[in-house]
Amino acid sequence: MAETTERKQYLTDELRSQILALAPRYPTKQALTLPALHLVQHTYRYVAPEAIVEIAELLELAPAQVLDTMTFYGSFFRTPDAPLGEYRVWVCRSLPCCMCGGEELLDRLCTRLGIRPGETTADGKATVEAAECLGACELAPCVWVNGEVCKVDSEQALEALIERLR
Amino acid sequence: MITVTVDGKQVELQPGATLWQAAEAAGVGIPVLCHDPRLRPVGVCRLCLVELADGTLIPSCCTPAANGVSFRTATDRIRDHRRMLLRLLLATHRIPCLAQQSTGSCLLEQLGVEYGLLDGHGRPADPALIELRTLALSEAPVDDSSPAILVDHAACILCDRCIRACDEVQCNDVIGRSGKGFETRIAFDLGAPMGHSSCVTCGECVQVCPTGALVERRMAETVRRDEPLRVVASVCPYCGVGCTTDYIKAGPRIVAVRGRPSPGSDGRLCVKGRYGWDYALHPHRLTTPLIRRPGYYPKGPLTADTRGDTWDGGRRKPGSPVPDYEQALEAFREASWQEALDLIAERLQEIRRRYGTRALAGFGSAKCSNEEAYLFQKLVRAGFGNNNVDHCTRLCHASSVAALLECIGSGAVTNSFRDVDRTDLILVTGSNTVENHPVAATFFKQAVRRGKRLLVVDPRRPRLADYATWYCRIQPGSDVAFYNALMHVLIRDRLYDEEFVRRRVRGFESFWEVVQHYAPQRAAPLCGIPAAQLEEIAHAIGTARAMMVFWGMGISQHTHGTDNARCLIALCLLTGNVGRPGTGLHPLRGQNNVQGASDAGLIPMVYPDYQPVADPEVRSRFEEAWGVSLDPKPGLTVVETMNAALSGEVKGMLMMGENPFLSDPNVNKVRAALAKLEFLAVQDIFLTETAEFADVILPSASFFEKLGTYTNTDRRVQLGRPVLDPPGQARPDWMILSELLERFGIPADYESPEKIFREFADLTRSYRGLNYDVLGLDGKIWPVERPDAPERPILFADRFPTADGKGKLVGCHYAPPAELPDADYPFVLNTGRMLEHWHTGTMTRRSATLATLAPTPYVEINRDDAEALGVAEGDFVRVSSRRGTVVLAVRPTDRVAQGCVFIPFHFREAAANLLTIDELDPYGKIPEYKFCAVRIEPAPRPEG
Repeated sequence: MAETTERKQYLTDELRSQILALAPRYPTKQALTLPALHLVQHTYRYVAPEAIVEIAELLELAPAQVLDTMTFYGSFFRTPDAPLGEYRVWVCRSLPCCMCGGEELLDRLCTRLGIRPGETTADGKATVEAAECLGACELAPCVWVNGEVCKVDSEQALEALIERLR
Repeated sequence: MITVTVDGKQVELQPGATLWQAAEAAGVGIPVLCHDPRLRPVGVCRLCLVELADGTLIPSCCTPAANGVSFRTATDRIRDHRRMLLRLLLATHRIPCLAQQSTGSCLLEQLGVEYGLLDGHGRPADPALIELRTLALSEAPVDDSSPAILVDHAACILCDRCIRACDEVQCNDVIGRSGKGFETRIAFDLGAPMGHSSCVTCGECVQVCPTGALVERRMAETVRRDEPLRVVASVCPYCGVGCTTDYIKAGPRIVAVRGRPSPGSDGRLCVKGRYGWDYALHPHRLTTPLIRRPGYYPKGPLTADTRGDTWDGGRRKPGSPVPDYEQALEAFREASWQEALDLIAERLQEIRRRYGTRALAGFGSAKCSNEEAYLFQKLVRAGFGNNNVDHCTRLCHASSVAALLECIGSGAVTNSFRDVDRTDLILVTGSNTVENHPVAATFFKQAVRRGKRLLVVDPRRPRLADYATWYCRIQPGSDVAFYNALMHVLIRDRLYDEEFVRRRVRGFESFWEVVQHYAPQRAAPLCGIPAAQLEEIAHAIGTARAMMVFWGMGISQHTHGTDNARCLIALCLLTGNVGRPGTGLHPLRGQNNVQGASDAGLIPMVYPDYQPVADPEVRSRFEEAWGVSLDPKPGLTVVETMNAALSGEVKGMLMMGENPFLSDPNVNKVRAALAKLEFLAVQDIFLTETAEFADVILPSASFFEKLGTYTNTDRRVQLGRPVLDPPGQARPDWMILSELLERFGIPADYESPEKIFREFADLTRSYRGLNYDVLGLDGKIWPVERPDAPERPILFADRFPTADGKGKLVGCHYAPPAELPDADYPFVLNTGRMLEHWHTGTMTRRSATLATLAPTPYVEINRDDAEALGVAEGDFVRVSSRRGTVVLAVRPTDRVAQGCVFIPFHFREAAANLLTIDELDPYGKIPEYKFCAVRIEPAPRPEG
C-alpha cells in the first residue's frame, strides 16, 4: 500500500485549488478525474506518475482508478519526452473528410513538421493526431486546432496552418 | 417473498435476489466467468445470459428478479450466444493457460471443451476459433516479479473479478484496468509489474481469477495435470483472527492455500496465511530428540548472534535470519524419545527435591492448541506442584485482561469484529490492524466505505489511518490524558448515557473526581491533540448510536497499560456501548490461540476458565479432578520468572514453543537468566535462540501436523486439522506432555486430542457444551454450555459477571512512561510487527515468500530527523539504549513523528528487544515495549 507522504508535493497548491474549485459542478469527487487530468496536462503538458498519485489522493481514489480512466481516453500524454505541444492539432479521418483528402492532409502536415501522427515537434510547439469525426463534415477535410475547427482544403490553407504552428 | 420460475420450476426468494440466485435456488447451474457471489455483480462476461418469456436475453448475475418472472437457462439461442462469446474470449487466450496446464482449473477452457470449441485435449477445434487465433495479438511475457503470484495477461479475459476482489473485499485498490480496446490490461497501480507495485500479496485476486491470468506460482510450477488434488479444511496458524483455510494438496505436498468461506473470515486471507505455511517444510525442522553434550557446559549461547557479538563497524559478518544450525547442533547429540523424556523428568524432579517445588517453572505458548495449553498447565500444576506457568499473552494483553477483569469481571471480547457492520463509529487505537490482523482490517475498511466513521488513535500512523475520519497522532504514552479529556467532555456536556450509568455502572462520582482535571485545554499539551479536536471527537462519540473499540499492543505494552485499558473500558461504560449489536470492547488478540491458551489456564493466577488458584473451593475441585493436592499460591509471570531464574530462585524450566530470548524485553538480561538455569528443556519445531541454552530439545509437530482446537479473537473455537505428516520422529506437543505427565505420576492415557478437550471442557464452564462434532467446519463462539445452545456472540447484554452485576469506572491519572528521552538518549523507541513477519521470525523467516518480501531489519525515522542526522534511505545507523545496541538500515518516513523511531522485533540480527526496557505495568506485569529512550548515530555499512 502506498505510504502517505506529506512532502515532495508535485502539484502546486494553486493547481490543487483549481481542481477542487470545480467540485461543486460534479456529483462526486471521482467525477473530477477527467477535469483534473486536463488541468494538470494543460499546466505541465503531460501527466506525470506523481501527478496521477496526487490526483488520486486529492479525489480520494486509488492511483489505479485514475490510471484506468486516464488510459481509456487518448487525450493524455504520459512522459516528459513526449509532452503535449502548445498547439494540439487533430486531423479528421472519418469517411467524409477522407473523401476530401483528409489522409493526405495528415501525411503532408506531418511530413512538413517532421513528425509522425501522435508526436510533438521538437520545439514543443505542435502535436498532430488523427481524430475520429469532429462533427463538422461541412468543413471537410476538417482540422481542429486548440478547440477551433477549420477547413484545410487548399495549399494556401495548409501553409497558413503550418505558419501558425511554427 | 417473491416467486420466480426457472426452467419451469417455481422457487421462493427474498425480494432483491437476482435471476442468477433464483437459478441457484432452483438447483440450476449457469456458467459464469465474471461473477462471484462475494463480489458486486458487473455482468461483463455475458455468459450467464438467460432467456425471458418474451425472448429477451439478459445477464442473470446483475438482473434483479421481478415477482412472477419466468425464464429459461438453456435454450438453443442462449447456447449459440455463449458459444460466440466463448469463441471471442478464447481467440486471445493463452491455450493452455498456466491454470489449465497445472491443475486443469481454467474455467474458460473447461467451458471451451463443453461448448465444443476445444477438443478433448483442450486444443482449438472450432474452425472459426482457429481462424480468429491467427489474427490474435502477440502475447506479452508472463509477469513473474512477485515471489508468490504469476501474472499472465495473455490468459486474462478482463472479467474484473481481481479488481473487485482487491477493491471491494480487501479494500487495497491496487488493481485497475489500463488502456482500451485490444490494449486493455489489468494494471497494478500505474501499470507496474505486480512485484514492484503496492500489492500486499494477499492473493485474494488469485483466489477469484477464473483463468490462468493470476496463478499461484508454486501451483503453476510444481503441479502436473494428472496429479489428483485433495483439500483439507483447517484454520490459519498465524494471528488471532483465525481465518478458515482450505489446504490444497497434491500427493503429500501442500501446493496452495485458499480462504474457506465461514462466518468469521468470509474466505479471506492475508499474505502470511496464504503463503507463509512453508516453514513447516524447512530443512531446519527438528526431527529427533537432542541432548546437550557434556563438553558444552557450563551452558551459554552457542551462536554468534545469540552470544551478542555485534557486527558494528564491520568486525564480522552481519547476522543471519536464523541461528547458525551447524554451530548450534554441534553441542547436541541425538537421543531416543525414551532417554530424552526420562532425563527431563529425572532432572526436574531432582531440582524439586533439592530446592523445593517452586524452583520449577514452565512457559506454554499461545501458538499451541487448547488441548496442549490445558495439558501444559496441568503438568506444571499437578506435576511440578506450583503455579509458575505463563505464556506470551503476558507480553501482549495481560494489562488489558487485568483491566477487563477488574472493571467488567471478564477478559473476553464482548462482540465479534464483524459487528463493525452494525456500528456507527469504530475506534481503533494502538493497533496496526492492517498489518497485524489484516483480515479483520478488511472488514473495518469495508465498514468505512459503507459510511461508518473511523477514529484512529496512534502515535505511529498506521495504514488504517488512510481510511479514518479522524486520525489522532497522540504523543507516545499519553493515552490516559487523551481519553480522560474525551470523557471529561462527555460528562461535562452530559453526552454520556445517564440511564446506562445509573443502571449498570458504579464508581461514577470518584471517576469524575479524576477526569474533571482533564479539561481539553489542559489535556491538549499532554497528548498533543488540539482542544477543539478533542471536543469534536468527544461529541461524535457522545452522539453515536453505537461505538466499537478495538485495541492492540499500543495500549497494553506500557507501564501504564492497565490504566490505558481502564480508560477504554470506562469510555464504553460511560456511553453505554456494551451489550448491544455494534458496540463493545475488543482487544484484538495477537496469536492464533491467545484467547484459548488463557481460557485453558496458562496463567499463573488462574486455572482454566479464569478460576483463581487462591480460591479454596475452586482449588478443591481441581484437586479432585486431577487427583493431587495443588499449590494455593499464584505463580510467577513471564518477566518475573526470568528475574527469578537470574536470582537463582527458579532452577529448572520447560518451554513449549516460546522463544523468550527474542520476545522478552532486555535480551542481555534474558541471556544471563537462561544461561543460569540448571536445567532447561525446550519443545519446539526449530532450534531457537532459547533452545541454544537447553539441556534437552524435543522435536514438536508443527501446527500443520496435528489435530486440535484454537480460539480466535472473537472467542470462536475452531478445529485445526492435520495436513502434513510430522518430519522424522517429531511428535505433537500433546503427546510429549502426556509422556511427561505420566513420568510425574499423573495418569495421561489420552489417545487423542479430543479426549483432552473433553476433560478441559468439563472443567471450563464456557466450553462445557462443546465437542469436536459441535465445532464442525465453522467453529463456535463460546460460551456454549449445552451442545444445542445458540451462539451468543454479544456478551453482557443485561449484567456483568461481577459480584453486583455492575461494571466499574476506574479513574486513572496520566503518568509519564518509565524512561523518558534526555540529552544522551533523545529519541523514543517504539517496537512492533510488520505484515510479512511473525514475532521472533522463527516461522516466517523460514518461509520463502515472506522472507523474500521482507528480508532485512530496518528502523523508521522521521524524514526531518533523518535529514538532521545526515542519513538517507538504506544508510546504516547504530541505535543504542541504556541496555544494548543494534545496527540496521534507515527507512525515513512520515509514519513516525519527529523524535520517534520504530523497529520491528522480528529480526534477530538487529533484535529490538536488546534495546527495550523491562519495566513492568504493576497490574498486568507487562513490559513497556512501546516506549524507551534511544540514541541514533550513523554507522558504517556492515560487510558481507
